[in-house]
Amino acid sequence: MKVQNNKAWLMVLPMLLLVAISAIIPLMTVVNYSVQDTFGNNEFFWVGTEWFQEILASERFHNALQRTLLFSALILAIEIPLGIAIALAMPRRGISVSFCLVLMALPLLIPWNVVGTIWQVFGRVDIGLLGHGLASLGIDYNYTQNTLDAWVTLIVMDVWHWTSLVVLLCYSGLVSIPEVYYQAARIDGASRWAIFRFIQLPKIKRVLLIAVLLRFMDSFMIYTEPFVVTGGGPGNSTTFLSIDLVQMAVGQFDLGPAAAMSLIYFLIILLLSWVFYTVMTSLDNDAAAEQGRH
Amino acid sequence: MASIHLKNLGHRYPAAGAESDNPYALNPLNQVWEDGGAYALLGPSGCGKTTLLNIISGLLRPSEGRVLFDGEDVTDLSTERRNIAQVFQFPVVYDTLTVAENLAFPLRNRGIDNTTIQTRVADTLAMLGLEARANERARSLNADDKQKISLGRGLVRTDVRAILFDEPLTVIDPHLKWQLRTELKKIHERYGHTMIYVTHDQTEALTFADKVVVMNAGSILQVGTPKELFDRPRHTFVGTFIGSPGMNVLSCTFDGTAAIVDGVRIVLNEATLAAAQAQGLASTSATLEVGIRPESLRVIVADASTVDDTHCVNVEVLGVEDLGRHSLVRLRLGEQLLCALHPEGAAIPEAAALRLDPACTLLYADALLVEANDVPLLP
Amino acid sequence: MLRLNNITRHVDSNNSLQDISLELKRGELNILLGPTLSGKTSLMRVMAGLDQPDSGELTFDGETVIGVPVQKRELAMVYQQFINYPSLSVYENIASPLRVAGLAKSEIEARVAQAAQLLKLEPYLTRKPANLSGGQQQRVALARALVKRASLVLLDEPLANLDYKLREELRAELPVLFAELGAVLVYATTEPSEALVLGGKTACLNRGRVEQFGPTLDLYRDPDTLMAARLFSDPPLNSLALNHDDSGGLRFAGAEQALPAAVASELLSAVNPAEAASNLTLAVRGHHLRLGFDPLPSGESTASKPLIEIRGIVDVTEITGSESFVHFSFMGQPWVALLDGIHALAGGAEIVLYARPQDCFLFNTLTGKRVRKLSGGG
Repeated sequence: MKVQNNKAWLMVLPMLLLVAISAIIPLMTVVNYSVQDTFGNNEFFWVGTEWFQEILASERFHNALQRTLLFSALILAIEIPLGIAIALAMPRRGISVSFCLVLMALPLLIPWNVVGTIWQVFGRVDIGLLGHGLASLGIDYNYTQNTLDAWVTLIVMDVWHWTSLVVLLCYSGLVSIPEVYYQAARIDGASRWAIFRFIQLPKIKRVLLIAVLLRFMDSFMIYTEPFVVTGGGPGNSTTFLSIDLVQMAVGQFDLGPAAAMSLIYFLIILLLSWVFYTVMTSLDNDAAAEQGRH
Repeated sequence: MASIHLKNLGHRYPAAGAESDNPYALNPLNQVWEDGGAYALLGPSGCGKTTLLNIISGLLRPSEGRVLFDGEDVTDLSTERRNIAQVFQFPVVYDTLTVAENLAFPLRNRGIDNTTIQTRVADTLAMLGLEARANERARSLNADDKQKISLGRGLVRTDVRAILFDEPLTVIDPHLKWQLRTELKKIHERYGHTMIYVTHDQTEALTFADKVVVMNAGSILQVGTPKELFDRPRHTFVGTFIGSPGMNVLSCTFDGTAAIVDGVRIVLNEATLAAAQAQGLASTSATLEVGIRPESLRVIVADASTVDDTHCVNVEVLGVEDLGRHSLVRLRLGEQLLCALHPEGAAIPEAAALRLDPACTLLYADALLVEANDVPLLP
Repeated sequence: MLRLNNITRHVDSNNSLQDISLELKRGELNILLGPTLSGKTSLMRVMAGLDQPDSGELTFDGETVIGVPVQKRELAMVYQQFINYPSLSVYENIASPLRVAGLAKSEIEARVAQAAQLLKLEPYLTRKPANLSGGQQQRVALARALVKRASLVLLDEPLANLDYKLREELRAELPVLFAELGAVLVYATTEPSEALVLGGKTACLNRGRVEQFGPTLDLYRDPDTLMAARLFSDPPLNSLALNHDDSGGLRFAGAEQALPAAVASELLSAVNPAEAASNLTLAVRGHHLRLGFDPLPSGESTASKPLIEIRGIVDVTEITGSESFVHFSFMGQPWVALLDGIHALAGGAEIVLYARPQDCFLFNTLTGKRVRKLSGGG
């Protein structure tokens, strides 16, 4: 006996159409390409899962996948603890709060390819502040030729760009902790570390998981910044999955394999997101169960 | 356990000052509270009771005055070093720890050895009746048990000097409030901790404390046992705040021999009469009021015998509310309204008179009780 | 009149409303009394139309209202938390429903002025809610409900977050305030004393079911079930099983001796003999236990009437200045007596109390139903 409000469907219809046209239909064309091959002249014939098998067996794909996973892992390992630490250090009351929040938000506002360009120039040995500075200190640094330097540069750039997101999310979780918890902890003689471990960390668990999910997805799909800075080089040492995909689709115009790889890429992300989502909602249910007792 | 001495203690919030005429959140006061006593700070919201509690616990530094525990000045000591425990309005438990670990937490932080911790935790679990749930995660307990854990973290420490309660029953289910209240009282009777309890609920305050400190607008109005506060409120606010319903306060004048309420003579007892004459209240400009508790009034039939009785006055019955164990009778005496309590099952006469007991009739001048001058207002 | 017929709604895994049927008339205060999580708020939400019942009918003045969106119903609701628009002044807060309804400016001014006067808010009309005390904020919420002149007013524990004394004050004002509206008033509370002060009719709720519904005082004095008696007692109801022993007498569970014959027959004289044969539970409210019975405060003498003797061991005594709550153990059960005056009894002391049979309730232990005389003879 639910109230049927049909008007709601009407309001959603234009949006559904838009999503259909801009997302679903193109996705279907990709699926279409992924199961076909062409000899040119716009003649396509069915090959079934051949492209998928070829991609999954190819060394090139696996290398790119490993690089992407390694990159995501390093990003998470650095950004999450760093983000929490900065959020803990930020003031919770007073004028400086707005100032800090604005400072934290700044890196997030810069367009991504601008970020890439900034760091590309920043790291150049001839004219970049960082590159030139390191060179004059005698350190051998060149991200266009040295794999390690390229990776370090990309990671530092991403940390600079995105840690603020983790900071802001954790901060919002921290300010919602009622003051009584801190007072009680002081009375219990808890050390700074104990307060973090037993009060702050449990209370920001949910927000933290959102932060981890967002950062994982973004870093796994990263394209613009590394492309601008290193273009996938030196060699293919920073060729992540997304870059590889574009090289295949646009550079080589191999539609079939590219389409298949897109779908595989999409499915990997979907799977990992689903895992995160399940963990998050089970945590939610835990929290809801204890609230229900009151 | 410790005795607590508050010397010229006052507090002014830095931001206030321009706004109100009285910048003090807590007006300067002097109090001595005995070791092992149960005290309640009772008053309406905003009266300063929580400010006072936070000053005692060290969460707030007073802008003037000193706090002493057992003669030792602790005003400059931080909360951790004062060795007090505090139970807040909202149950504070460490969600990720079990009940036993929660109780052990304060001891671990102080570096106490494991064996002692085990014994103390076991003792405290027994005190609170939580043995069965010792290994459950604290977050799965209900609010009542969580408050017990908060209390337990204070009881588990042997060096705790005082346990402070800040409206601890706020989030507890009404039908569980009874249980927690009586358990707090039993724990106090059995173990003798100095306990200070802040509340706006008079039943909680009066049932828990040996002595109740009644506060309003940043000042302490009266300190006394529940009986003293009930029988002899020194301030009309105390009279109306304590008791349900509160004391009847009627404006009156004094003609030298009796109080006059809208032309009706109200007989006063000897002591009050003597004090009133001594203070020259017949010709004073102070506001005079008569205070009578509804419990001490008897509604009786108005007949020939009551007309001549000096202790009886005629009243008009405005309405009766049946409250179960007694009835509340709303009456009019002259132009003023008052109420009386009437026993269950007894009928209310139509032509009614009130029988007053002079011993329970109090006189107030400018809201302060009129009594012999050598009786101190505050101990 | 708001009529609910067999309303059922599954709220979550622990709570549901089960088969609720009530008739709530206009012009009287209908109280929903019950502990937390008994379903009061869920039921109010169904009455308001914020939630739809899974089954059952809901009609207002004969017309069904299920499926009618909340905005279309003439409804006002006041919550436990002081809910006001924080950015609007008190005047604008009170006027808000009238502005939405599109009333004329003069009409809005008149109604707001009247509500402000009734709720003593005139000095505060230009202030924002954040600058008001808790009591004043709740008065603003009440004023906003009042101006709407709605035909259904729901008050969900509106005084629960207020100071004890403020609660007493507002409680006395509420019935008067809403009396003139002639609306259906529904008031939820957890405190039996509040229900008694407010009067009207009360529905006792427990775990999503209505235990009993009727005039408040009737429910208080004459409960139908043990659960209804428990819900309506503060301090908690004292009860103990009363069994028939082999020699035909009555004996408290755990007692060595049966009750004196005179007492037993006095107890059973008021009940239907057929029902009296089953296992009974005796229940008595704390204030009906006395240290002595002569004379009664109302003046009657009880010299000749038999009394039930209760012997127990004191656990703890709480003194409120004019009364004492004595918590004691009787046959292993925790009992409470509310005695007039100060009685500072120490823990462990023996206490002897008396109760009049007519003050006690008898319930069938199995069904929980009240055992009474059949009306009209017997």
